[in-house]
Amino acid sequence: MVSEALRRALPDRDAVVATLDTIADPEIPAVSIVQLGMIGEVETGPDGIRIELLPTFVGCPALEVIRDTMTERLAVHGLPVEVVVSFTTPWTSDRISPAGREALRRSGFAPPPQLAAAIGGGRALQVLDLAPAADDWPEEPTPCPYCGSTRTTLVSPFGPTQCRSVHHCADCRQPFEGFKAV
Amino acid sequence: MTLPKAPSAAREAAARLDGPTREALAELLLTMADDEFVGGFMDSEWTGIAPILEEDVAMSSIAQDELGHARALYELLAEVLDDGRDADAIAYDREPDEYRHARLLDRPRGDWADTIARRFLYELADEARLASIGGGFAPLGDLVDKLRREERYHRMHAVAWIERLANGGPIARGHLEAALATAGEAAPTLFTPLDGEAALLRAAILARPLGEAEAAWRADLTRILVPLGLALPPTIEHGPEGRSGHSDAFRWLWGEFTSVRRSEVGATW
Repeated sequence: MVSEALRRALPDRDAVVATLDTIADPEIPAVSIVQLGMIGEVETGPDGIRIELLPTFVGCPALEVIRDTMTERLAVHGLPVEVVVSFTTPWTSDRISPAGREALRRSGFAPPPQLAAAIGGGRALQVLDLAPAADDWPEEPTPCPYCGSTRTTLVSPFGPTQCRSVHHCADCRQPFEGFKAV
Repeated sequence: MTLPKAPSAAREAAARLDGPTREALAELLLTMADDEFVGGFMDSEWTGIAPILEEDVAMSSIAQDELGHARALYELLAEVLDDGRDADAIAYDREPDEYRHARLLDRPRGDWADTIARRFLYELADEARLASIGGGFAPLGDLVDKLRREERYHRMHAVAWIERLANGGPIARGHLEAALATAGEAAPTLFTPLDGEAALLRAAILARPLGEAEAAWRADLTRILVPLGLALPPTIEHGPEGRSGHSDAFRWLWGEFTSVRRSEVGATW
């Protein structure tokens, strides 16, 4: 809940982000849109609040719901709000915060491999290579979110939503979902 | 409460282009969007009936990605044209002959090998095209950077299935060879030259001619198909029919994907 004092004052970036941090991702409610790194530039001023929203996937069907919820929640600051969907800064799975990765893991979703660390910054950001099978894929197996084992296999990079992949753990014999690295 | 909309960055960037370049950009965006849109809808025809559950999920997810990519491209096109039509109007309110997708995407869904052959030839061509987009129109360059991160998974999927069918015994291999031969004839139409290609190259919206993209595509195909003993698509003389004169299979698909929109003209969904 936002305090009365905050409501009266011109909100700064932190206050806006704190409000946005209360919005859960509609497809993975264990994490907030802030933890997922979906918030880009935030401008606040007496005329209003303007926020860049970075879609995780271009065709994400949850985007409209997220945008509408942002406008609703930010009404608490008493200023006009504009949410601009932007690709100027591309969202990548490396934007998920440490808290977001931990929240994903606790709810049974393997956090994505860190692309910048796994493939090397420049190359990961370019994604230039043709990718037959595993050549371009981070070598590290995705750790099981239940038992921590790395004896896991990627069953399919396509899961129940665009951002999720399907894996299997050879130790606890548990199928699990992961957040796709993009 | 919402702020009055800021002028769109894409519309402003398009307004800075000269007339012929803007027209050429619109042509490029329309071909890219129509390819993703029509191909995505055909892929979605597997939802519920794919050979195994994982592939049902995969094809549905790929189709959803492609339709999302098409939407983003149609939205950019709507800003460039600035003629009052939104992305939905451009996507759904045209007659079949006005679509500009390549003839490869006119092919019926066919069997699993037909779909894998079409997806494989398309995904590698799409990557060659995306790699040809320069920074001359920043909103497109930014979007392409994002699209390529997602398309990588589609390519992995297609290549894995080409290998599986090629090495899966005589029946699977026979289906694949026949499918590649049929789809291969239509595949080079993805590189049908654009009327405004010279203007796009001058404005650095295209970083290389589509002919060079086609050569890069053939090099990628060679790397994958030759070790498997599979034939490359033939080279063709390009003509305007590469993106026109659509098939009956497409006319049927058009009837399907426009049916809801046509059922209640002007409704808000």
